Amino acid sequence: MYVAVKGGEEAILNSHKLIAEERRGDPAVPELTLTQIKEQMQIAVDRVMTEGSLYDRDLAALAIKQAQGDLVEAIFLLRAYRTTLTRFGETLPIDTAKMAVRRRISAAYKDLPGGQVLGPSYDYTHRLLDFALAAEEGAGEPQAEEAAETVAEAMPRVTEILNHEGLIEEEIALNDEEPVADLTREPMEFPADRDMRLQNLARGDEGFLLALGYSTQRGFGGNHPFAGEIRLGEVAVEFAPEELGFAIEIGEITVSECQMINQFAGSAERPPQFTRGYGLAFGHCERKTMAMALVDRALRARELDEVIEYPAQDEEFVLYHSDNVEASGFVQHLKLPHYVDFQSELQLIRSLRRRHTEETLEAAE
Amino acid sequence: MTTASAEKTAENGAGEEGYNFAYLDEQTKRMIRRCILKAVAVPGYQVPFGGREMPLPYGWGTGGMQVTASIIGHDDTLKVIDQGADDTTNAVNIRRFFARTAAVDTTEVTAEASIVQTRHRVPEDPMTEGQILVYQVPQPEPLRKLEPREIECRKMHAYKEYGLMQVSLYEDIARFGEIATSYSYPVMVNDRYLMSPTPIPKFDNPKMHDFPALQLFGAGREKRIYAIPPFTKVKSLDFDDHPFEVQQWEENCALCGAEDTFLDEVILDDRGGKMYVCSDSHYCARRRAEGHRGTLSDSAAAAYAAAVGAADRPSEDGESAEWVT
Repeated sequence: MYVAVKGGEEAILNSHKLIAEERRGDPAVPELTLTQIKEQMQIAVDRVMTEGSLYDRDLAALAIKQAQGDLVEAIFLLRAYRTTLTRFGETLPIDTAKMAVRRRISAAYKDLPGGQVLGPSYDYTHRLLDFALAAEEGAGEPQAEEAAETVAEAMPRVTEILNHEGLIEEEIALNDEEPVADLTREPMEFPADRDMRLQNLARGDEGFLLALGYSTQRGFGGNHPFAGEIRLGEVAVEFAPEELGFAIEIGEITVSECQMINQFAGSAERPPQFTRGYGLAFGHCERKTMAMALVDRALRARELDEVIEYPAQDEEFVLYHSDNVEASGFVQHLKLPHYVDFQSELQLIRSLRRRHTEETLEAAE
Repeated sequence: MTTASAEKTAENGAGEEGYNFAYLDEQTKRMIRRCILKAVAVPGYQVPFGGREMPLPYGWGTGGMQVTASIIGHDDTLKVIDQGADDTTNAVNIRRFFARTAAVDTTEVTAEASIVQTRHRVPEDPMTEGQILVYQVPQPEPLRKLEPREIECRKMHAYKEYGLMQVSLYEDIARFGEIATSYSYPVMVNDRYLMSPTPIPKFDNPKMHDFPALQLFGAGREKRIYAIPPFTKVKSLDFDDHPFEVQQWEENCALCGAEDTFLDEVILDDRGGKMYVCSDSHYCARRRAEGHRGTLSDSAAAAYAAAVGAADRPSEDGESAEWVT
């Protein structure tokens, strides 16, 4: 077999060695273990799983280690692995009403059935650097006190409470006739339906969605939102194999969910009613789910007969640019050689300048 | 390009361990081949396809790689070029990818390759029936710069409504006296679809017309595949009084003396010194091997080759690389 090899190949291999060396850092410092990343950098792991579209804490930790903590690169690694996996089918929709709740807050009601459960959060920490953590031996092992009573088992969703009065639009019922879109298998089509939009947003870059969500709050679109409910906890995943004919529980995943409640003045067909914006992410990704819920609601402009005039409402703008793996690749492809196009542009600009000079001279005469 | 051989090899486990032959699974390849067939049946039409994530970044040739992965078989010989050259890092990297995952033969000789994957150039050497040229496509939509919305662009294609593009070219003539597009110069395929030739220089556009080899185009990030079947009419847009013209150089290739190739400008010093060399590295090497010489002396040519790290290895097939010594 004859394989053409040239100078570039050696450079590439050496570049791999250099980056591996840089990743390892000082060999005198013990190497980071995947367990350490998984246990102590959980939120990074959660983001990589969410935007990498793969629930696997070990692989996400490996990707973070391999990418030297560059989360967008880690997301890319996980995606490229995910795409080689066999798909066995679809699980049943997870039921977040049955979540084993660790955190649940509502900004719409002071008290509500099930109560407010603050749970783990940085929200009310003072952002002062904790130098105790800097100590070699760490800050010890803080232990939260066990609550006097257990969290209520019945924890109805806030949107369901509103629904009793018909104040909020109905949730769209599951339609078995129409399979749920999957943009990892089929290309996006426009206008995009909400299932595809939500999948795109769930995989979308947190920073991009955060900025877009923020823009709706600052007046570039937007319907005044309320954080109806945010919850974090564990839900069961159920799968119904065709040969069994009934659902079996295949595991448990941690998810964050945000239900935004938004104003809606009503239209010719619909009475004034609250509308929904929805956000869901693997693990503890609260900021992401809130931004996602804002953008989801903004993208429903077409469906709700609202004027589309701002970036966050524009589905082609949002959905085509939300994916950081695509964006990072294309922005950075500018590093690739463009000699040929640049040469063509050189030829052109010389020709245009020649013409310009001639014309100026002619005009002077 | 036979599925049978691909599956056989997959079972044999040739190529990278733990992955299927040529990386993609057979279901995905089948889906892509269906899209290719549709693309061939409707020349110039952009067929949406379920593009997969590849282990290379988007924008670095993932579309071309998926097309190549779907059509490559065990007996194929692959050539990969970037900017016309076999030795640019991205070309090396993609060639390595297929040598690794599909264990196929690779070559730099255009005539020996059954599949040529390219970025930004059409090879100078003519290609023949039975060969396939796979283009990497960053932006498949020729109208995108004029109309950012996909919904609108698809309507314009459906109605064959390309007035916007003609107006844009006319505006160039009105402002600059010529059409100020030097690469990605739009073409009409088979008198029906406006098509982006990818960012090849307009110098290469005429080669696409009546081309004996099958031309396939893969856009990974944008998830589109399109094609030009062999011997299809491909016309670069122009006006009766401003006919289409390709770039011309006053110089010839300093290495091989070629007068009719696309030339890269090489900066020699910081005082404006420069020379021009063929962008197609294999074509230039072949001509040198045949005894053609440019203005550059043999020793200077060798020094240049050493400086850019070009082919200085002993050639196994006796074809190329001897010219530098």
